[in-house]
Amino acid sequence: MRVGIDVGGTHTDAVLMAETTVVAEIKTATTLDVTSGVVTALERLLATSGAERGHITAVMIGTTHFTNALVTGRRLARTAVVRLALPATAALPPLVDWPDRLIRAINPSIHMCDGGHEFDGRPISPLKPDQLKRIAAELSTHEIDTVAISSVFSPVNAELEERAADILLAELPHLHVSMSHQIGRVGLLERENATVVNACLRDLADEIVDAFAEALRAVGIHAPLYLSQNDGTLMDAEYTRRYPVRTFASGPTNSMRGAAFLADLADCAVVDIGGTTTDVGVLSGGYPRQATGEVDIGGVRTNFRMPDVLSIGLGGGSRVATTPRLEIGPDSVGYELTDHALVFGGQVLTATDLAVAAGMADIGDPSLVRHLSKDLVRNGVAWMAGRVGELVDQMRVSAQPLPVIVVGGGSVLMPDHLPGVPAVHRPAHHAVANAIGAATGQIGGDVDRLFAITAARTREDVLDQARAEAVERAVSAGADPDTVEVVDIDEVHVAYLPGNAVRVRVKAVGELCVGRAATIEEVKA
Amino acid sequence: MTGMDLTVATLRDLAEGAAVLGTGGGGDPYIGRLLVERQLREGRRVTIIPIDELPDDALVLPSAMMGAPTVFVERPPSGRGNVAALRALEEHLGRTAAATMPIECGGLNSMMPLLLGAQLGLPVIDADGMGRAFPELQMETFAVYGVPGSPMSIASDHGDVAIIDALDNVRMERLARVMTVEMGGAAYICDYPMDAATVRRTAVPGTLTLGMRIGAALRTARERHEDPFDALTAALAGTIYTHGLILFRGKVVDIDRRTVDGFARGHVTLAALDDPGDQLRITFQNEHLVARRDGEVVAIVPDLICTLNTDTGAPVTTEALAFGQRLTVYAISTPDIMRTPAALDCFGPAAFGLPDPYTPVEQLTAGTQVGA
Repeated sequence: MRVGIDVGGTHTDAVLMAETTVVAEIKTATTLDVTSGVVTALERLLATSGAERGHITAVMIGTTHFTNALVTGRRLARTAVVRLALPATAALPPLVDWPDRLIRAINPSIHMCDGGHEFDGRPISPLKPDQLKRIAAELSTHEIDTVAISSVFSPVNAELEERAADILLAELPHLHVSMSHQIGRVGLLERENATVVNACLRDLADEIVDAFAEALRAVGIHAPLYLSQNDGTLMDAEYTRRYPVRTFASGPTNSMRGAAFLADLADCAVVDIGGTTTDVGVLSGGYPRQATGEVDIGGVRTNFRMPDVLSIGLGGGSRVATTPRLEIGPDSVGYELTDHALVFGGQVLTATDLAVAAGMADIGDPSLVRHLSKDLVRNGVAWMAGRVGELVDQMRVSAQPLPVIVVGGGSVLMPDHLPGVPAVHRPAHHAVANAIGAATGQIGGDVDRLFAITAARTREDVLDQARAEAVERAVSAGADPDTVEVVDIDEVHVAYLPGNAVRVRVKAVGELCVGRAATIEEVKA
Repeated sequence: MTGMDLTVATLRDLAEGAAVLGTGGGGDPYIGRLLVERQLREGRRVTIIPIDELPDDALVLPSAMMGAPTVFVERPPSGRGNVAALRALEEHLGRTAAATMPIECGGLNSMMPLLLGAQLGLPVIDADGMGRAFPELQMETFAVYGVPGSPMSIASDHGDVAIIDALDNVRMERLARVMTVEMGGAAYICDYPMDAATVRRTAVPGTLTLGMRIGAALRTARERHEDPFDALTAALAGTIYTHGLILFRGKVVDIDRRTVDGFARGHVTLAALDDPGDQLRITFQNEHLVARRDGEVVAIVPDLICTLNTDTGAPVTTEALAFGQRLTVYAISTPDIMRTPAALDCFGPAAFGLPDPYTPVEQLTAGTQVGA
């Protein structure tokens, strides 16, 4: 049996799953002290289900701790940045576009060195070990113990980042090293930014992983621990210590994947309606479609993998305006629904009141909305369905209509038919879709870099190589080799260069191979 | 001098306006904007001067980045190559430049002369040679009105430099393209050296301030929750880009993209929201070339065809086009200097292999209705 836990800002949800069945689900409050909230969730889950600790084979946790640390600028480590590129890139040093607030928080030590590659793999300039030894001495003096290393075109050739890491580690064996080729794709500043974010979270990552491990131990569960990544796959505890940035945005991803799992659909749109907003994402082959382009997190521009989600201000607490024309949201009474909505004796006409009046929901006192005009109720419900239908339509990637899964506390706002949508699903257990998404995560590996096609190396050779690398990465991350398959291939030819440069993205995923992963004892060691 | 000093705020407006003038291509001005912003924050100045500012015989050396924007975002400049290119051409000519200017006001290359201007304290003339973005070096009003592109200089990030003195502008483009690849896929150039009197005769005037004006209009419309397209049309009124109008509004229903000879070619098809049968199809080669509504040409190069986000007015490049996007296709008429027979020979429909004749967008759209 697997345990899935979603640690959100206010609630912690947990589920116990046997194969594909939800055995038990619970909701508790998130605690300031990481360990005790998880302990409470696990104990209640075991008590509710009566399951034996020894039957739990893995625990998967999705957490917002790292995102929150960056957004609030708290508990970030002092970080060094080493860029291998000179003479190239000198006009734009690392962290050039960061908000002052975060610069102050990580108080960076910035170093630009020789190194880097051209797009075709030629070196820009050779690495100079002495430069790196001098940096090591400086980091030692200032007691900085985490570093981000970037090198131009490292997604094509990672050799220099690895050599620089070796040189620094030889001088400072306790240094935490984050290398950009492990974290981002082509686009130096964005990849470097994500790498620095990862580096400044390394201390916190140790703390959080230790706290989760401690919680499992306190409850007496000896199964291995995994964390959810932003693309819906899992990483083990050791990997999380090295790549905490990969937990960013795992919440919406888990919610979408959990919903799809409950409805047993692999290609669909997921509409998550809360008190204030509605998020719409699309799953293709069971995984959320990734956003193309740059993603801004806490004011830092990055290019790592994030689910493509569209949001509008429509939720259960949305205020309904009738003049000059009917409009619902974006203003919302939010969590104060039970004080202000008509069905709770309040004075504000909300989206929830319309749903109750239309007989779609049984919330509060229906007699308090009986006076609403039939036209207003009908038009209001149609307006909301129309807006959501439009969002779903906008998220489609082909002319093929997509089925829709509706989840979240505000899901009662949606009628059983949406314009342009072939089927609307409302699965059971949808309130804990996040935790189910965590529990059902798989293991993935991906490749995204430029390849040169030559007479000796055809396009087919290049694609074969990229596929093999992605599969290898999935297996080395803990996937069962027998179940790994390539789920996505995308190739983009690079404009303004002769027809030999192609950027290839490949993603492979497989089932978690429990035997391969570290146990809690190993994690603590 | 009567020039204006660039501020971080006007630079940001210009970067967005330049992306609109990039007409789907030209490269994202983002990195260029960061480069200039850093110069300004370090206390250096960029002075933009009107086209009539300099004496007739003052030497002007236009400057640009040449190559793949994809390379540029991975290997931002050293700040050495662009300076080396300018110094090499000065040395070759035995004269000192009084100013630089863009060869291309659309996209990334609107920013590169500003960087050079900040680094060297060189004024930047408010004019360019394309009036938008085009894919090749010979597609310049300078060339159209008899200015040879050669001698040109080209430099790498390391500071390697070469002078190309080609027999004609097309040969120059080809030689420079080969050298760009050897220089790592992105290089820095100065070409079309000329005196200020020739700039006044051959350049498209006022295009940097036009970019600022467009960017400011879109920004203020967003801040005030006003219609960005009304703001855009109002911003163009009174400029030499007299007509700005919505060609079509709809959603992307098909994209066909391929790379041919190093260019991103393809088509994008939009359907009106209320009538899926009402469609607009745009053909692009890095930049948008021609828009056909239900088979009929409604706008064609060199007039500008811009794909903008329907909600925000933000420009969407051909690379970022995606199925389902709500876009407004907005056309901007080019000034007369870009519509003469000689100009159309250089960068009109036939120069891109299109069979259709050039007809000004304001004639093509007279009396037509915009898609809902």
